[in-house]
Amino acid sequence: MPTLPIVLIVLAIAVAAYLLARSRAQRAAAREGRRLHSLPNYYGWTGALYAAGPALLLLAVWLVAQPVATRMAVWPVLEAEAAPNAQPALLMADVQRLAAGIDAAVASGRVPAAEAGDIPAEELRELMAGQGVALGSDVTPATRQAALRWRGLSAGGDLARTLAVIGLALVGAAFGVSRAKPDFRARNAVETAMRGTLIGAALLAILTTVGIVLALIFNTIEFFRLYPAAEFFFGSTWSPSFGGGSELGILPLLWGTLYISIIALLVAVPIGLFAAIYLAEYAHKNVRSWAKPMLEMLAGIPTIVYGLFALLTVGPLLVDLFGRNGALGVNWMQGGTAVMTAGLVMGIMLIPFVSSLSDDIINAVPQSLRDGSLGLGATRSETVRQVVLPAALPGIVGAVLLAASRAIGETMIVVLGAGAAARLSMNPFDAMTTVTAKIVSQLTGDADFSSPEALVAFALGMTLFVITLALNVVALWIVRRYREQYE
Amino acid sequence: MNDMRTMDNAVNHDTKITARDVHVHYGTTHAIKGVDVDIADRTVTAFIGPSGCGKSTFLRCLNRMNDTIPGALVTGEIKIDEADIYDPRVDPVQLRAKVGMVFQKPNPFPKSIYDNVAYGPKIHGMARNKADLDEIVEKALRRGAIWDEVKDRLHAPGTGLSGGQQQRLCIARAVATEPEILLMDEPCSALDPIATAQVEELIDELKQNFSVVIVTHSMQQAARVSQRTAFFHLGHLVEFGETGKIFTNPEDSRTESYISGRIG
Amino acid sequence: MTDITDSAAQPERRETGRSILEADARTKKRNRAETRFKAYGIAALGVGGLFLIALLWAILSNGLTAFTQTYVQLDVPLIEEKLDKDGDRDPAKIAKVSTFGYNPLIEQALVELVEREGLETELEPKALTKMLSGAAAADIRDRVLANPELIGQTVSFEVLASSRVDGYLKGRVSRESLARDKNLDAEHLDLIDALQQTGAVEKRFNWAFITGADASDSRPEQAGIGVAMLGSLFMMLVVLVLSLPIGVAASIYLEEFAPQNRLTDLIEVNISNLAAVPSIVFGILGLAVFIQFMHLPQSAPLVGGLVLTLMTLPTIIISTRAALKAVPPSIRDAALGVGASKMQSVMHHVLPLAMPGILTGTILGLAQALGETAPLLLIGMVGYIATNYPDGVAEGFLAPNSAMPAQIYEWAKRADPAFYERAWGGIIVLLVFLLAMNLLAILLRRRFERRW
Repeated sequence: MPTLPIVLIVLAIAVAAYLLARSRAQRAAAREGRRLHSLPNYYGWTGALYAAGPALLLLAVWLVAQPVATRMAVWPVLEAEAAPNAQPALLMADVQRLAAGIDAAVASGRVPAAEAGDIPAEELRELMAGQGVALGSDVTPATRQAALRWRGLSAGGDLARTLAVIGLALVGAAFGVSRAKPDFRARNAVETAMRGTLIGAALLAILTTVGIVLALIFNTIEFFRLYPAAEFFFGSTWSPSFGGGSELGILPLLWGTLYISIIALLVAVPIGLFAAIYLAEYAHKNVRSWAKPMLEMLAGIPTIVYGLFALLTVGPLLVDLFGRNGALGVNWMQGGTAVMTAGLVMGIMLIPFVSSLSDDIINAVPQSLRDGSLGLGATRSETVRQVVLPAALPGIVGAVLLAASRAIGETMIVVLGAGAAARLSMNPFDAMTTVTAKIVSQLTGDADFSSPEALVAFALGMTLFVITLALNVVALWIVRRYREQYE
Repeated sequence: MNDMRTMDNAVNHDTKITARDVHVHYGTTHAIKGVDVDIADRTVTAFIGPSGCGKSTFLRCLNRMNDTIPGALVTGEIKIDEADIYDPRVDPVQLRAKVGMVFQKPNPFPKSIYDNVAYGPKIHGMARNKADLDEIVEKALRRGAIWDEVKDRLHAPGTGLSGGQQQRLCIARAVATEPEILLMDEPCSALDPIATAQVEELIDELKQNFSVVIVTHSMQQAARVSQRTAFFHLGHLVEFGETGKIFTNPEDSRTESYISGRIG
Repeated sequence: MTDITDSAAQPERRETGRSILEADARTKKRNRAETRFKAYGIAALGVGGLFLIALLWAILSNGLTAFTQTYVQLDVPLIEEKLDKDGDRDPAKIAKVSTFGYNPLIEQALVELVEREGLETELEPKALTKMLSGAAAADIRDRVLANPELIGQTVSFEVLASSRVDGYLKGRVSRESLARDKNLDAEHLDLIDALQQTGAVEKRFNWAFITGADASDSRPEQAGIGVAMLGSLFMMLVVLVLSLPIGVAASIYLEEFAPQNRLTDLIEVNISNLAAVPSIVFGILGLAVFIQFMHLPQSAPLVGGLVLTLMTLPTIIISTRAALKAVPPSIRDAALGVGASKMQSVMHHVLPLAMPGILTGTILGLAQALGETAPLLLIGMVGYIATNYPDGVAEGFLAPNSAMPAQIYEWAKRADPAFYERAWGGIIVLLVFLLAMNLLAILLRRRFERRW
C-alpha cells in the first residue's frame, strides 16, 4: 500500500483514539464522582499520541531503510555476473527501473500478474520500451533475476510495512485509551511528548552537522583510496580528465580562493568599516534612516545577481580598462573573468556584511568612553581612532574573519566571474579558479560518482568546511569574548 | 572631615563662570529653565537637588558636552573669563581642554595607566618630547593622589585598577590637560565610602588650582567639600549661596524641604 | 598623601592667555584632520551607494528589454493538400505532418507579406525565414492541431521574430556586429526596418517570458522563466512547511526549556556555526544524503526544498529566538502565577505574542532561500531544460524542474548572448519577488510592532 493511505489510516486511528480516550476519561470521572486530573482534551491527546506517534516514526524509518536493505539483498544476484569495472549504482538503477516497469506493465494489464515472473530476459527490453521505460543496457538474465527479486522483496516489504505500521497504531491506540482514567496525569504526559518533540527539533541542528561531516568524511576517505592524499594536498597542478591520469592538486585552487578573498576584503573592509564609523559616530538620524537600508539592500541581493554582474558588467569593464587596446594601454588582462573581477564584486557583496557587523561592535563600545575622550577636548575623529577603534578592535577582527569565511565559501560569484583555469599566478588580472568553483564543476555534469574526478569534490568540500569552520569558531569566540567585556 | 571645615575656608570672589538666563531643551522636554549663576574661581561649587532636577544637564552646558547629544538645544549666555562659550567662533574642542570633566562612572580607556593620562596632553600637543610627557603624566598622577599607588605599574591597563583608583586616575587624566575649570558629575556615586573619602580629600586639594564644580546626590558630600552650593529643583535654580548658609539657614522653603528630607 | 600637599602648598600661576574665541594653529590642524576623517566616512557610504546604483542600473538597462518581444504578423495560407491530403481532418494524420511541412507555408506567407506591403528585396524566400524564430513553425502547427478546422483557410498568426531581429530592434545587436554573422544580412535589416514602419513587425509586452518555459539553446527568443518560477514555488512550499514548525519548536526549546548543560551548549554552537557554513556545503550534504543515500529523484524541487530548509533553519531559529526573547518575562510570570503549566504559558501566551516577529524572520529566511543558487547546482537543478509545466502537485514536487536562480545561471552559461538578456530579465523577476517578501516583512513588523 502506498505511503499516503497508510498515513491517513494511522491518522484516522489517532482521531478515533482521541475521541475514545476523552469520552472514557469523562465517563469514568462521572461514574466515580471524581474530578479529572487534567482537562478532558489532554486525555484525548494522550490517546492520539500513543496511536500516531510510534506508528509514524516506524513508517519514516521503514521508508528510508527498506530501499537500502532491499538493495543490499539484491546486489549479490548481480555481483556474480557484473563486469569488474561496472558501477553498482548504474546497474542497480537499471534493476529498479526494470522492476518498476514490470509493476507498471502489470498494473496497466499488459501482462497478467501471474506471468510477470516468467517473461524471458530478451522480451523484457521490448516490453519496457512499450511501457516508456528506457534502460541503460540490455537486460541480462542476471538483471532480470535481480529485478524479479527486487519486486518480490519490495512487495513483501510493502505488505509488512503496512501491517506493522497499522498494527502498531492500533496497539498504541488501545494502550492510550486504556490509560484514560481520572487519576492519570494526562497533561503531564502530553507535555512530556511535546517537550520531546521540541528537543527533537533542536537536535536537528546537531544532526545536520553530523550529516555534513559524515557525507564529507566517507566520500573523502573513498577519494583518498583512489588518489594519494599527499598529492592532493601538496600537488601544484590541477588538471582533471575523466579518461584517467588526472592530477588533482589543491594548491592552485587554494591560491585562487585566497587571492580573490584578499582582494574582496581589501575592497570591503575599508569601505564597510568607514561606512559603519560614519553611521555610528557622525551621521544624523535622517542619514542613518536611508543609508542603512541602502546598505542592507546590497546584502539582500542574491549572489547569482552579483555573479552575473561580474560576468557581464564588471568583467568587460575591466577589460576595457586593463585589457588589450584598453583605456590604460597596459594589456594586463586577457579576458573578462579574472581574480580582480570576482574579487571586486565579492568585495561589494561583503560591504554590508562588514558594515553591519562593525556597526554593532562600535555601538557596543560604551558611551562613557566617548564622553571621557570628548570631555578631555578630543575631536570626534581622535576619539574614534584612539579610543573607540582600539576598544572595538577584537570585535572588528572577528567581523573581518567572518567576512573572510564568507569570501572563501562564496560560490556563484567565482563560478561566473573568476574563470575556470587553475593556475598559480600573481597577476590579479589572470583568470583563476577556486575551491568552490571546482566543487561545482566536478559534481555537475555526467560524472560517475565513484571516480576520483568526482570524489575529489568531497575532499575539496571537506577542506572548505574545515577552513570556514575554523574561521567561524575563532571569529565567534572573539566576538563573544568582546561582547562579554562590555556587558 | 568635619562639616564645619567649609566655614574655615575663605570664599574666593573672583568670578570664573557667568551664566544668564540659560534654558536647555531636549526635543520637547524643557530641562533647564532660566538659570542665572556666577561660579567663583578656586572654589568648590556644589550643585544639589533631587534626581532629574537638571543639575547634571546644566553642568554639561559648561563644557558644551550637550552638543554631543542630538536634539539638545541650549539658549542664554554662558561666559567663561568674559568669553561667551556658545559664540560660533568657539571650538568646543578647545573649550573642553580648558574645562575638564570627570564622569559619574569611572571610565578609564582600555589602555595603560600612562596612556590614559598622556592621552589629553598628546592630542593637545602639550609635550615636546617623551621626557616632557613623562613629567606631565607624573605631575597629573600626583595631583590625582594616585601616583604612589601606580608608579610601579604605569604600563598596566587602567581598567585593572579598583573603582576608587580608576576614578582618581580619571581625575588625573582630566587634570593633565591643565584645565582651569574641573566639572565633576557625581564623581563618587559609584564608589565605596573609603574611596569616596579619598576622592573628597582630593577635591579639597584641587580647589587650590582649579575652579571645581561638582554635582552630587549627597547633601553631606556637598557640605563637606563645597564652599558654595546651588540647589536645583525641576529645572530651576532655586537657591544659590554659601554652603554653610544653604544648609543651616535656607531662604527658600523648597530648599529647606529638600535639606530636611521631605522632598527628593 | 604627601605628594598632594606638595603641589597644593604653592598654588601655581597658570597661563590664562589661552583664548577660546580664536582657534590656534594646532586646533585648526586637528579640525582639518577631523574634516578629512569625516569625508572618508561619507566617501565610503557614497561608494556603497554608487555600487548599488551601478548594480541596479546594470540589471534594469540589460534586463528590461526581456519584457518586450518582437512579433511578426503573418497571414499563413493553411493549404489543405499539404496539411491534410485526405481532407478528413483526422487529428492523427494531421499530426504526421512535421514542422518541416509548415516551413514552405511560412515562406509563402512571408513573400506575400513583402509583396503586399509593396517592398522589394533581393532575398530568396528561403532566406526570408531567417527573420523568424525556429519556434514559428511549431507554434503554427500546435494551433492547427488544436483546431483542425483552420485548415484550408488563410489564418493570421503572430509569430516570434528570431532573436537576432529582436536584438536589432532592441539595439542589442548592431549592423556592424551582424556583418560577421551568417544568419542575417543587411538586406534583412532593411526589410525589418520597413516592416516595422508598416506595423507588420512590432515589439509587444512579453507575457511569454513571465509565464513560459525554457527553450533550447538555439531559441533564446522563446525562453521564459514561468516553469522555473513554479519550481521555486514548490521549493519554497517545502521550506515553509518544514522550517517554520521545526524552527519554532527548536527555538521554543532553546529559549524556554533548555537547561544550562553541555547538550544545550552543543546545540547552540552548532546552530551558530551552521548559519555560517558556506551554502555549497549544504549542496554537498543534499547530494550525498538525499540523492546518493536516500535515492530521492535528482533535480526535484522536493530535494531542493529539503536542502534549502537545512540551510535556512539556523537563520530562522536565530530570529525566532530573538522574537521569543523580546516577550517580557512578566507575561510568563503572569501565566505561571494563575496556575498554567510552563508549556501552557509558552503555547498560550508567549508564542502568540512572538508570532509577528517569528513570521517576519521566516519570510526573510524564505527570501534568502529563494535567491540561493549554489546548493541547487549540486543536486542537479541546472543543465536540465525545464520545458514543461509539471502535471500535478505530486509531479510538481518530484519531477525534475529548475528554479529561478538556477535558471538564471543556466542562461548565463549559454553561448548565445541573447540569453544574457533573459538572465537579466530573470533577475528582475527574482528581485521583484524578493522585494515583495521584504516589504511584507516590513509591513508585518510595522503593523504588529509592540513596545513593552
